[in-house]
Amino acid sequence: MSDIAEESPFRRFLSEFAASKIALGGLIVFTIIALAAIFANWIGPQNPYDLAQLDIMDGRLPPGSKSGAGYTYLLGTDDQGRDMFSGMLFGLRISLAVGVGSAIFAACVGTTLGLLAAFFGRRTDAIIMRVVDLQLSFPSILVALMILAVLGKSVMNVVLALVIVDWAGYARNVRGIAMVERKREYIEAAACLALPWRRIMFGHLLPNCLPPLIVIATQQVARAIALEATLSFLGLGVPITSPSLGLLIANGYQYMLSGKYWISFYPGIALLVTIVSINLVGDHLRDVLNPRLKR
Amino acid sequence: MFTWLLRRLFQACFVVLAMTVIVFVGVHVIGNPVDILISPEADQAERARVIAAFGLDQPLWKQYALFLNGLLHGDLGRSFVFNEPALRLIGGRMPATLELAVTAVLMSVGFGVPLGLYAGLKPNGFIGRSIMAGSILGFSLPTFWVGLMLIMVFAVTLGWLPSTGRGETGELFGLRWSFLTWDGLRHMAMPALNLSLYNISLVLRLTRAGVRETLLMDYIKFARAKGLSPARVIFVHVLKNIMIPITTVVGLELGSTIAFAVVTESVFAWPGMGKLIIDSINVLDRPVIVAYLMMIVVIFITINLVVDILYTVLDPRVRLETKA
Repeated sequence: MSDIAEESPFRRFLSEFAASKIALGGLIVFTIIALAAIFANWIGPQNPYDLAQLDIMDGRLPPGSKSGAGYTYLLGTDDQGRDMFSGMLFGLRISLAVGVGSAIFAACVGTTLGLLAAFFGRRTDAIIMRVVDLQLSFPSILVALMILAVLGKSVMNVVLALVIVDWAGYARNVRGIAMVERKREYIEAAACLALPWRRIMFGHLLPNCLPPLIVIATQQVARAIALEATLSFLGLGVPITSPSLGLLIANGYQYMLSGKYWISFYPGIALLVTIVSINLVGDHLRDVLNPRLKR
Repeated sequence: MFTWLLRRLFQACFVVLAMTVIVFVGVHVIGNPVDILISPEADQAERARVIAAFGLDQPLWKQYALFLNGLLHGDLGRSFVFNEPALRLIGGRMPATLELAVTAVLMSVGFGVPLGLYAGLKPNGFIGRSIMAGSILGFSLPTFWVGLMLIMVFAVTLGWLPSTGRGETGELFGLRWSFLTWDGLRHMAMPALNLSLYNISLVLRLTRAGVRETLLMDYIKFARAKGLSPARVIFVHVLKNIMIPITTVVGLELGSTIAFAVVTESVFAWPGMGKLIIDSINVLDRPVIVAYLMMIVVIFITINLVVDILYTVLDPRVRLETKA
């Protein structure tokens, strides 16, 4: 394949995507958030989990207070005297890692099963889709609740719960797309060449299902982050040793009624901006990549 | 129709059975049942007694049979914390959750339909577009965060509404309900609104889409040509036709609203089933957890079954399909 043929659709996609200022803004905001989370160690004025750097006397200070060490707590401190801004950066890191990680896992599992169902049809299809239907008839929070109630809380269990919640959505969508694609001539051609089924499925069918899959994955990342935050807020998600944004919000909840709003408020805003920016990008990706899905 | 119903019932029973296996395996095989079923404060004699009583010294299949037997008799153990039968404990909390969920669903129709109607009739106006933008927020904002903001604004800053508990309750059919007293209603306002936000967005979008589709239909043009007043066209001809899908979706959403009440109840300290299960998980009150999981599974399967049956009754297309 020549370079031009490969590059031009991608360029067209880029220019189409950039046409929406809102989506572009969402992408920029999300990039900043992601970078801030990755480089939390260097950006945050304090490592909130290094006890040597904390001063319990600085607990619950309002935003803008001066610390004993001389720097300003931009967003105040929590009950342990942690700088909220630093705590949020570290929390974001965990929220994003769990959200993105589980979405990728779920995409792999769901896509594979969806492709299998579409490709082989008949009994394989019936069995996989029956499980998908069953799974989707229970609300996500309930399934996650069940899994975490049985397994107990840890970061890996949260990821596992999110994967189990999300795979069915991928499987159903991918199957729908792949059912249409597998009737196309190129699949027939590949079958006539007697290529092994794995190669047809992953080499021919999968790439042509990718554009809608990317859209779904974007939306699922936002959903996974929100669900993780909800579970952690309820005290069922990540353990206290690796607090995500949801846990930070839960932590400040008890102080909210006494007017110390900042402990919950700012992590909440960070969560909100993250989710909304991902959704803005996802919404626009849907319009650009697949006009048929436009609602 | 009858064989179909029988098959569907059989399937439902099979799913319940499958779920009992999953819950059983989860609690008895993955976790250590001795730790799970016996409170950590129990002494040696008590441990031995409970191990014998629950048959934990029996082989696994026999334990499962015992578990199923308990399930059939509505005996799923006693709560460590409340020292009450787990099922009765959950049943006692059920009215609080049900009234919250039903109010939320009613509110989603009460707010969602008028807003969606307006947005559908004036899709390009400023207000119409704002409503749609707002509905995106309703979809993407995490429920618990909205709840916290409601508390911050209406309870802490303005001091208009109470933020926790059910308030005064009145009695009806031997159960206690908050919606019967003014104080109870005030307590219910914020949690119900919080729980309904997602559904409001959903109903709003459905209504808007339905209105825009229906307005293009010939019978609407004809009704207008007949010289009917715009109000009559909108409220009788348009609204009547879009109410069918809305009713279905709202009915379907009742189940997930009950499930998502877990979050709202925790935020507003609403003493329903959802708060109970979260508290139980946090203090490892395992009999209550198991009982709740089994109960919610049965509720969901029942709802799905009823919806399926209603579909067949209401929609001739589905009926024909099952016959073929």
